[in-house]
Amino acid sequence: MAGILVIAEANEGALAPISGELLGAARKLAGEGAGSVTAFIAGSEALGKELIALGADAAIVDTNPALQGALAEVYLPAVQAALQQSGADIVLMGQTALGRDLGPMLAFALGTAVSMETVDLKYAGGKLIATRACYGGNARAEVSFKNAPAIATVKAKSFDALAPDASRSGSVSTIDVAGEARVKVLGVQKAESTGIRLEDAPVVVSGGRGLGDPSGFKMLEELAALLKGATGASRAACDLGWYPPSQQVGLTGKVVSPNLYIAVAISGASQHMAGMAGSKNIVAINKDPDANMVKAAKYAIIDDYKKVVPALIEEIKKLG
Amino acid sequence: MNIVVCVKQIPDPETPAASFKVDEAAKKVIPAQGIAPVVNPYDPQATEAALRLKEAAGSGKVTVISLGPDSARDAIKHALAMGADEGVLITGPEFEDIDNFQTAKALAAAIQKLGGADLVLTGRAAADWDMGVVPLGIAQILGVPCVTVAKAIEKNGAGLKVERVLEDGFQTVETPLPAVVSVSNEFGEPRYPQLRQIMLAAKKTVQVWGANDLGIAGEMGKENRALVLEALYVPKVESNVEIIEGDTPEEKARNLAQKLRAAKLI
Ligand SMILES: Cc1cc2nc3c(=O)[nH]c(=O)nc-3n(C[C@H](O)[C@H](O)[C@H](O)COP(=O)(O)OP(=O)(O)OC[C@H]3O[C@@H](n4cnc5c(N)ncnc54)[C@H](O)[C@@H]3O)c2cc1C
Ligand SMILES: Cc1cc2nc3c(=O)[nH]c(=O)nc-3n(C[C@H](O)[C@H](O)[C@H](O)COP(=O)(O)OP(=O)(O)OC[C@H]3O[C@@H](n4cnc5c(N)ncnc54)[C@H](O)[C@@H]3O)c2cc1C
Repeated sequence: MAGILVIAEANEGALAPISGELLGAARKLAGEGAGSVTAFIAGSEALGKELIALGADAAIVDTNPALQGALAEVYLPAVQAALQQSGADIVLMGQTALGRDLGPMLAFALGTAVSMETVDLKYAGGKLIATRACYGGNARAEVSFKNAPAIATVKAKSFDALAPDASRSGSVSTIDVAGEARVKVLGVQKAESTGIRLEDAPVVVSGGRGLGDPSGFKMLEELAALLKGATGASRAACDLGWYPPSQQVGLTGKVVSPNLYIAVAISGASQHMAGMAGSKNIVAINKDPDANMVKAAKYAIIDDYKKVVPALIEEIKKLG
Repeated sequence: MNIVVCVKQIPDPETPAASFKVDEAAKKVIPAQGIAPVVNPYDPQATEAALRLKEAAGSGKVTVISLGPDSARDAIKHALAMGADEGVLITGPEFEDIDNFQTAKALAAAIQKLGGADLVLTGRAAADWDMGVVPLGIAQILGVPCVTVAKAIEKNGAGLKVERVLEDGFQTVETPLPAVVSVSNEFGEPRYPQLRQIMLAAKKTVQVWGANDLGIAGEMGKENRALVLEALYVPKVESNVEIIEGDTPEEKARNLAQKLRAAKLI
């Protein structure tokens, strides 16, 4: 047994970004000797072809309609079937609503283990080593697996997707397997998103508890709109009800890695950093020169945001 | 309804980075001086959920279980002071340095020894290792469904209606009982124990079980971990910050805007 099985995901018929990132990770491991890459997806055969172009050597498409929008327990037997067909001894999936349940479920069903929210992977000395944050981001752990298969859920944006290459070839096979749904989905309510999705925005302006009240976010939204970016928040600000939880950045919120992250009145607790430390350029606006966010930033202004942010908006408008 | 709540005691997750130290050779966290361990922040929400369900039903029993060192009694006491009825502490040398797969086995064994439960409630994750695998593990071992990251839970006929938090919204599901449900911070503020309840809690029973009582001694111990810890370390962060100077906030803002433009960031 050798090889890697990637559990790809699609939203409304289109591959989710995590699918390409997982294949990027799998190709890296394949290059290190972990074997060939098989991708599993629920949906149509066309998706299987796309997965080949993104780096899979083979694709297994589960055409059973019961998998669409289903919970992990419905996926479990399908993934077990794909695992058997592929002969893989490594399984990678996303740290998504599906993967965060499916990873542990599969691990317990097969008597093995899973590394959750994995940020790095390597194949060395014949085994998979997964790196993940623990203790709220204060520490990193590297773990390996006593039993097979080794399973890892991979955090968004930890790996780069490869550019699709339509000339790549590989077999696409279909299966028709789905588990029983003991838990029934009654409905889904999408959070209303205004403007650009936080995870995709090239610029993110986030606010924290130091804003003092919800009105501070109006100012941040104006700055974000000017920079064609999105507005985020710390958990402290969300817990206070100042901003919707869907905009929370951090360990228990969204993971963002924009080109520019402007942190306004956010101290930079490790749990917040866990969601934005991958940002290319960080700007901190904070009263406290010793704040962790200031240390992590490329540029920082030490002053009251109430004076700085309106002035910054004016200056940026002047620059045009 | 018979409800079991799992609560864990962890090092304070808001320990400042400066006080957080790791013994890299032993691959262990060195407890921060003067910072007491706390109840995992999601677990009082699980207890709150249990108490609200019991109150709504007008009957039932809430048992809290914690696996950990003797100090984990404090986590149990906290739940008892909130209003839970009884406690179970799982402790002993066999449980030292076990992984979360073994933790789930031990908790499931304890639930079985209690005679099972209609509902097992946990936090969405333990804020130390932050894996979120224990609730799914307990469910798999007990052969019951698991609903994770709950924001709201209500009785619905013979089962439960649960609102879950997704990345981009919410999902409502219906589960039969028995089941395991993990509770998220969006559930809302847990009640604060009142003095009278704290005094009452002192009289509530806390049973103490070891690995032999649960018949799982052979599966515990560090050597039986399914996940092997290869390394544990504190990532290095270098600070290269440039503090933007200026006599007034306006001047600082102007200097920043110009820097950002020069660097083509805006
Ligand atoms: C299990 C767990 C999970 C968590 N998950 C997350 C998560 O996903 N995301 C997250 O963000 N947090 C998370 N947290 C919380 C985290 O530990 C911090 O408590 C939180 O990030 C602090 O938010 P903050 O920086 O907004 O507030 P604070 O830490 O209170 O910081 C406020 C900052 O504002 C500054 N300030 C005050 N007034 C002004 C002013 N007028 N002008 C400029 N600056 C000012 C202060 O100097 C300070 O630095 C989690 C915690 C736990 C335990
Ligand atoms: C390789 C490895 C080595 C480890 N070494 C150590 C170590 O040396 N020292 C150490 O302290 N920890 C250690 N741990 C961590 C410990 O095993 C986990 O913290 C614990 O089992 C919880 O796992 P989790 O983070 O997956 O919990 P989660 O699944 O995230 O927890 C979710 C919920 O499950 C319940 N729960 C979890 N654990 C318990 C518990 N013990 N009692 C009651 N309820 C619980 C709680 O309701 C919690 O909110 C190690 C973990 C691994 C993987």
